[in-house]
Amino acid sequence: MERVTRDDVAHVAELAHLAVSEEELERLRRELNRILDHFAELQKLDTRDVEPTSHAIPMVNVFREDARQDSLPLEAVLQNAPDRAEEFFRVPRIVEG
Amino acid sequence: MALHELTAHELADLLARKEVSSVEATESQFARIEAIEEQVDAYLLLTKELALEQARRVDQARARGEALPPLAGVPYALKDVICSNGVRTTCGSRILADFVPPYDATVVERCRQAGLPLLGKTNMDEFAMGSSTENSAFKVTRNPWDLERIPGGSSGGSAAAVAADEAFLALGTDTGGSIRQPASVCGIVGLKPTYGRVSRYGLVAYASSLDQIGPLTKDVRDCALLLQVIAGTDPRDSTAADLPVADYVGSLTGDPRGLRAGVVKELMGEGTEPGVRECVEEAIDVLSGLGVECEEADLPHCEYALPVYYIIAPAECSSNLARYDGVRYGHRTDGPVDDYEDMFAKTRAEGFGPEVRLRITKGTYVLSKGYYDAYYLKALKVRTLIRRDFDRAFERFDLLLSPTSPTVAFRIGERVDDPLAMKMADICTIPVNLAGIPALSVPCGYSDGLPVGLQMMGRPFAEETLLRVGYAYEQQAGFVGAKPPLG
Repeated sequence: MERVTRDDVAHVAELAHLAVSEEELERLRRELNRILDHFAELQKLDTRDVEPTSHAIPMVNVFREDARQDSLPLEAVLQNAPDRAEEFFRVPRIVEG
Repeated sequence: MALHELTAHELADLLARKEVSSVEATESQFARIEAIEEQVDAYLLLTKELALEQARRVDQARARGEALPPLAGVPYALKDVICSNGVRTTCGSRILADFVPPYDATVVERCRQAGLPLLGKTNMDEFAMGSSTENSAFKVTRNPWDLERIPGGSSGGSAAAVAADEAFLALGTDTGGSIRQPASVCGIVGLKPTYGRVSRYGLVAYASSLDQIGPLTKDVRDCALLLQVIAGTDPRDSTAADLPVADYVGSLTGDPRGLRAGVVKELMGEGTEPGVRECVEEAIDVLSGLGVECEEADLPHCEYALPVYYIIAPAECSSNLARYDGVRYGHRTDGPVDDYEDMFAKTRAEGFGPEVRLRITKGTYVLSKGYYDAYYLKALKVRTLIRRDFDRAFERFDLLLSPTSPTVAFRIGERVDDPLAMKMADICTIPVNLAGIPALSVPCGYSDGLPVGLQMMGRPFAEETLLRVGYAYEQQAGFVGAKPPLG
């Protein structure tokens, strides 16, 4: 099994939108390598004909009526906003140009 | 006996007979909190004015002769991972340090409608990730039985509050054992209901296929009463089962004769402390004496539950915690940022503690391209094997038994640098979450003066059976009502 490298972790941190220092990259790299140990244990088991379980209690197609329902009032939605402008959440520029 | 030392049902009786008012009980509770909180540190936030207002309303309704629900006027504590309208909810994290939810979780709504005043929000491991409450961004909670020891986690605050008589009742959450293990090490009762028995609407999600809200109480009757309040379907939670709710209090017949119990061999292994094993074996004798047929049960895939959990839970957490980006609520970095992605990255690095950052990273890794099949899918398949072990066991047995925790409460700081040892605290509880079944922890004795818990696991939606046996055991064994030697 390939060991997890520093670059692997840096890539994962980027995917997870987590800024990481070199020190933390090293800590995370060590911990991620432990996952490989966990995996090695599971490899012992033959699961070729086994269905995966995402939910232990079987439920399917839980839908509601496709009808408009009341939601939160606007002020409630915005009450925790770190930065707001009128009815919008203000954030750093997203679209270029 | 002081008012705060009573169980919820004892208080409810006094309230019903108008021998005491809810305001008196609530004030007595806050007096106790004021006296003891400095030592225990169970609460992150106290809501005294709100609680008294709610208590007053119940007293007024009672005076008017209105018919009231069984627990009306009995105050409770709420783990800080559950949304309370207008009341700060932090999940034990800096990233939500000032977050005030604009709505109540379904369970909070139900408690309100049942007339339970809210005492405050209890301390927890950050985002419910941990087994000792040491991962809280704010403070450490202490075990009332030994203030140098952990109260368990992640619902350590709720467990400590109930154990120290700082709350008549509490709600916690359980994803890998976070209600049962704290209940066990704090010497109280804790129940993780069947997945889907209680609505998760308003529960800040950690691992969506594993999380459940449940009661932490002084005895089994209180547990049944509180479960009755919170259980039931909910159109706002698509994973809440649309199944009728049983009469949990009615199931406390005290008679478990004829039930068959399986003692799970794999969960009484070498990691079990001798003192814990002794207590559990004595408990099995008590159950046999009560007419429960006890035999050994073999669930061979239990030993894989820990690795399966530590692949699935981080994976689900990485998805659930993606929402904390500083845009709509919570902490946003106030340093300079290059662009919005930089804002996300810095916000999250600043707001999340080290354990949370680690689990997000692990989860992202196992779900990423090239590794998804090898890790995540494999873990889901082994989860099926674990579930099948339980299904097969329940063909032969009505309930399964094990210690709740293989050890008693460890010292604060003891396992912080040993993640593997920390995780071992949940070795008996984790298989239950993976299988989705209900499980109850009841006090079954002491080892070196520290509480030991017995875990009873049941079929899906068979909380009645667990409560029936748990109650019978509790009444016979005599550990119920014990108080920690707090000043």
